[in-house]
Amino acid sequence: MELVYAVCVGFMSACGIFLMLRGHTFTLVIGLTLLSYAVNLFLFASGGLTIGAPAVLNSSENYADPLPQALVLTAIVIGFAMTAFAVILAMRGRADLGSDHVDGIEPFDPLSEEKS
Amino acid sequence: MSLFDHLVIFPVLIPFFVAVTLLFPSLSNSLSRQRVLSITANVFLVVVAFSLLFKVEQQGIQVYALGDWSAPFGIVLVADLFSVLMVCLSAILGLSITLYASAGEDKTGAFFHPLIMFQLMGINGAFLTGDAFNLFVFFEVLLIASYSLMIHGGGKQRIQANIHYVFLNLIGSSLFLFALGTLYGTLGTLNFADMADRIPLLSNNELLIAKSGALLLLAVFGLKAAMLPLHFWLPKAYSTTSTPVAALFAIMTKVGIYSIWRVHGVMFGDQAGELANIALPWLWPIALLTIAVGTIAVLASQSLRVLCSNLVIVSVGTLLVTISLNTVQATSAGIYYLLHSTVACAAMFLLTGLIQQQRGQAEDRFVAARAMPQAGVLGFIFVLLAIGLIGMPPLSGFVGKALILQSVTKASEAMWVFPLILGGGLIALIALSRAGTSLFWRTSGENTSALKGHPIQYLAIGILVALLPLMVIFGGPVSDYTQLAAEQLKAGLSLQQLNEVAK
Repeated sequence: MELVYAVCVGFMSACGIFLMLRGHTFTLVIGLTLLSYAVNLFLFASGGLTIGAPAVLNSSENYADPLPQALVLTAIVIGFAMTAFAVILAMRGRADLGSDHVDGIEPFDPLSEEKS
Repeated sequence: MSLFDHLVIFPVLIPFFVAVTLLFPSLSNSLSRQRVLSITANVFLVVVAFSLLFKVEQQGIQVYALGDWSAPFGIVLVADLFSVLMVCLSAILGLSITLYASAGEDKTGAFFHPLIMFQLMGINGAFLTGDAFNLFVFFEVLLIASYSLMIHGGGKQRIQANIHYVFLNLIGSSLFLFALGTLYGTLGTLNFADMADRIPLLSNNELLIAKSGALLLLAVFGLKAAMLPLHFWLPKAYSTTSTPVAALFAIMTKVGIYSIWRVHGVMFGDQAGELANIALPWLWPIALLTIAVGTIAVLASQSLRVLCSNLVIVSVGTLLVTISLNTVQATSAGIYYLLHSTVACAAMFLLTGLIQQQRGQAEDRFVAARAMPQAGVLGFIFVLLAIGLIGMPPLSGFVGKALILQSVTKASEAMWVFPLILGGGLIALIALSRAGTSLFWRTSGENTSALKGHPIQYLAIGILVALLPLMVIFGGPVSDYTQLAAEQLKAGLSLQQLNEVAK
């Protein structure tokens, strides 16, 4: 289980980072979302993975660490608010700057010149 | 339990409640009422911050257990000499910025005053918290307020600078969470005192994981503090945003510095066993390079605001040097310099606002323009601030730099620190003289139509400028205080001590 979990988190972070390196606000937002999913899973696993165990003391012999669950909840809420802000900012930037590149203008691309 | 026992949480609660109150209808539709409430709250905040300072000075460290859950199970706020000093600094800065903005800058967009209050709440919370996850939460509070404040008033340039700033910080926040997860996984706690206790006890196979977590945190705080490879966002962000916001941001980089001090200077400091001082080999070259690159950028700046933003980077580098020197003496000097540089940079940003306003289309660029109607007063303040920023006597910049140079004891360290700090001062002198000459003397005709500075704006700048000579006149008490704060910081705080104080 640990291996599958780790691979999933790693793959998701890799996809997130790849998308964030694109330099356009849309892919950046998607990349950030993926990275924040990955980080939420990562935080969740930081207390150790346990199956079928409650996060409350005295209800069973075997219990899960409740703190990472609380941390993940907080991180999800904050991540959601931040993503909402980023989306609005990206839309505003697209409207005001006329391009969705993070620098406001498309950088010079020699390949596209050759084609046309 | 009297109200006085809850003093520690007041610097977080007051801005929060005032910000929420400012959003209610009878206040939200009247800017003049907002200004009155906001200024009153800021004055009150200064009073609270200073009474907390006296309380901490007399009774020692104050620990406030939220909900009376003792650490490490609950979240604690810890007010020691250093953190409470930073809270005082942010309160004074908040007051003068609110005063400055009340002259008209808050009209350019909605919700200026509530946002400033949320920003102050985040900053004060970040200084006072004794829990790593809580630090993350307060970072986010201050960041989301700063995102909106930065584009306050709108405009193409601000949006563009904001896109960089927001996305970089969002990535930083994700890294912060990765770091916290890593540290929680190995240490099993996020309380600063408890973490410091457990770091020396780590087993061999956990060491590497904890180390990577700690260095990830360094990258995150470095991004906030604008240390070398992560400083590119700063000049653009600070030079495009509105004047009071730029001045408030002078303390934002210091939040990053403060966190590096707490986490890498103390928690992973001398007492951390195998992981002692893991950040120092990185910090030392980075600090020196930050000064060098900042100084070159100062020389290349084409407008006063960009120049001022680059001076912020130089001051960040200087502070990082004091962190990496890793002695009580250097820490004490660093805290003194931190106070000075925050106040001086913030005042310079506010002054730039007035200069911009009176120069019309030339704004603050170093080009010939029509003379400013109040050139005399502005020029006088400019000279004072320039002396402070360069680090010439008789103002506090000189004392700060002298203390830092004095704290360098080893010849191998002095070889690097002396030329960089003194050379940086010389270049700041050249750049600021050039700036002053072209702003105040390269003029043709008078700009009679320009808007004169409002008395309240001068009052706002005056508060900050007055602090510079005051820090020299009361240099003895202030440096004694920073010395005690540095000793307390370096001694660290174990969980046991923390819980004893909390009782």
